Amino acid sequence: MNRYRPRTFVLELLMVAAGVLFLFPVYALVTLSLKDPAQTAKSPLALPKPPTLDNYTQAWSSASLGGALLSSTLITVVSLVLLIVIGSCAAYWVARTGTRLGYGLYILFLLGIVLPFQLGMIPLYNLFSRLDLIGGYQSIILFYTGIQLPFTVFLYTGFIRALPQEYAAAALVDGASHLQAYTRIVFPLLRPITGTVLILNAVFIWNDFFTPLLYLAGSDKETVPVRIFAFVGQYVSDYGLVFAGLVLGAIPILVVFLVLQRYVIKGFASGLKG
Amino acid sequence: MSKKRSRLGPPWLFVAPALLVYAAIVIYPSVAGVVYAFTDWTGIGDWSFVGLRNFDTLLHDDQSLGALKNTLLLTVAIVVVQNGIGLLLALGVHARIKSRMVLRAVFFAPVVVSPVMIAFLWKYVYNPAPDAGLNGLLGAVGLGSLRQDWLGDPSLALWSVAAMVVWQNAGYSMVIFLAGLEGIGKDVREAATIDGAGPVARFRYVTWPLLAPATTINVMLSTIGGLKLFDQVFAATGGGPGYATETLSTVLYKQAFVFGRYGYSTAVALVLALFVAAVSLVQIRYLRAREDNA
Repeated sequence: MNRYRPRTFVLELLMVAAGVLFLFPVYALVTLSLKDPAQTAKSPLALPKPPTLDNYTQAWSSASLGGALLSSTLITVVSLVLLIVIGSCAAYWVARTGTRLGYGLYILFLLGIVLPFQLGMIPLYNLFSRLDLIGGYQSIILFYTGIQLPFTVFLYTGFIRALPQEYAAAALVDGASHLQAYTRIVFPLLRPITGTVLILNAVFIWNDFFTPLLYLAGSDKETVPVRIFAFVGQYVSDYGLVFAGLVLGAIPILVVFLVLQRYVIKGFASGLKG
Repeated sequence: MSKKRSRLGPPWLFVAPALLVYAAIVIYPSVAGVVYAFTDWTGIGDWSFVGLRNFDTLLHDDQSLGALKNTLLLTVAIVVVQNGIGLLLALGVHARIKSRMVLRAVFFAPVVVSPVMIAFLWKYVYNPAPDAGLNGLLGAVGLGSLRQDWLGDPSLALWSVAAMVVWQNAGYSMVIFLAGLEGIGKDVREAATIDGAGPVARFRYVTWPLLAPATTINVMLSTIGGLKLFDQVFAATGGGPGYATETLSTVLYKQAFVFGRYGYSTAVALVLALFVAAVSLVQIRYLRAREDNA
């Protein structure tokens, strides 16, 4: 079954062809970002010759991406820490209690995966503006923590249910408090699923466009997608410049993905069991 | 039971922080949204309850009805095509081909890029100029007669948006199917092979039934994603040309933030929520039953 047969070779060719076709938009993105406007106009699909990095330097400064990267990073990191700490704790209790209350809470959290955020969008915006939190980081970090908790609790619960229970019990017998048993014994065991929670939530939070547009547009705390949106609006006809901006905006999250890639499939596998 | 509970410690210690944030950010605003849906609130000043008037308006508003139809068509197209392609890709990169790790990364990469940025990239792919983007590619391979104004033609625009969403998210479906495939023991398929099953029979009678949990999650997630679709449409077409790509999400955005009709907008959001809930419930019932039979 593991041998590389002629049939495998045919499949390999087919899949590589699919991959090449699939990459066509990426080819257009990268090549246009390396061309000056004259080249783009003359031969849009040809390889850039000579390639130029002018678009990148100009996009970096005119989109003010430096500040946006800082904002995006701060919002994403703080939200992730909150999600992982409070989400894993809640999932631990929900997965292990075996009571009706635990099941009820699980269903309550799952409801959040189904509810469209749009239903509460206006009341929440209203609440934040009454508390004078619009335009600051607190509102958007709280928003992401709340809105991604259901998915986080779902992933953690599935994983914890498949975990052996004896270690934490042994620690309690040895005189550890519940919180100590959790932080020293249980949480380290959750590392694989924490990797999955990290990458999937990071992707959502880093890329989200609508909420930061609503909460932060016009402030000095705009995130990368909001900056890029404004930037594209400004230079809409200059594809080379616009695409250089898109590449710069996408690189950080692509790097994070490549580093944490292996957790994606593993995480889903444990979720499917749960 | 009580022994288990004492081992776990008090529930409020572990659950209270999450529950508090969840209640403040999801539950309270959603309940308030349901209330607003029955008012004539404009965001400022007084408001009063107007009963079902917002829903009555929705039923007689061609733009909203068109958006409802578009949303359902988009969702069906995305669910079927995205998961179909995702399954084929998963089977391909699960096989022992040499390029499987590279191809996995290639197909998944668009998933991690912001939908707004993907929409801007595809605005170029759908460039109406004959020598640029997709039209240029068609011309280069001798299929010039298939050139279209992909986003400008009202009868085509919705499907162009669907194709863009499928391109971005097929990798997501692939990864979930792949996780399912890795969960199927090798021995099961080897046993089927020894029993004389060819690849097609093996897929039909062994792999596909055992992929039931992965299928459930994929269908659910893509349905919910399709019904809520906003960023891609907002950035690629803004709902146009005309109202050809308007979805429930873009309508409720415009009603709220362009026209200040907050009450009506939340009524549209409530309809969206009821759709998502109803479809999810039906799917859970049907798909779970299928899982149990597997």
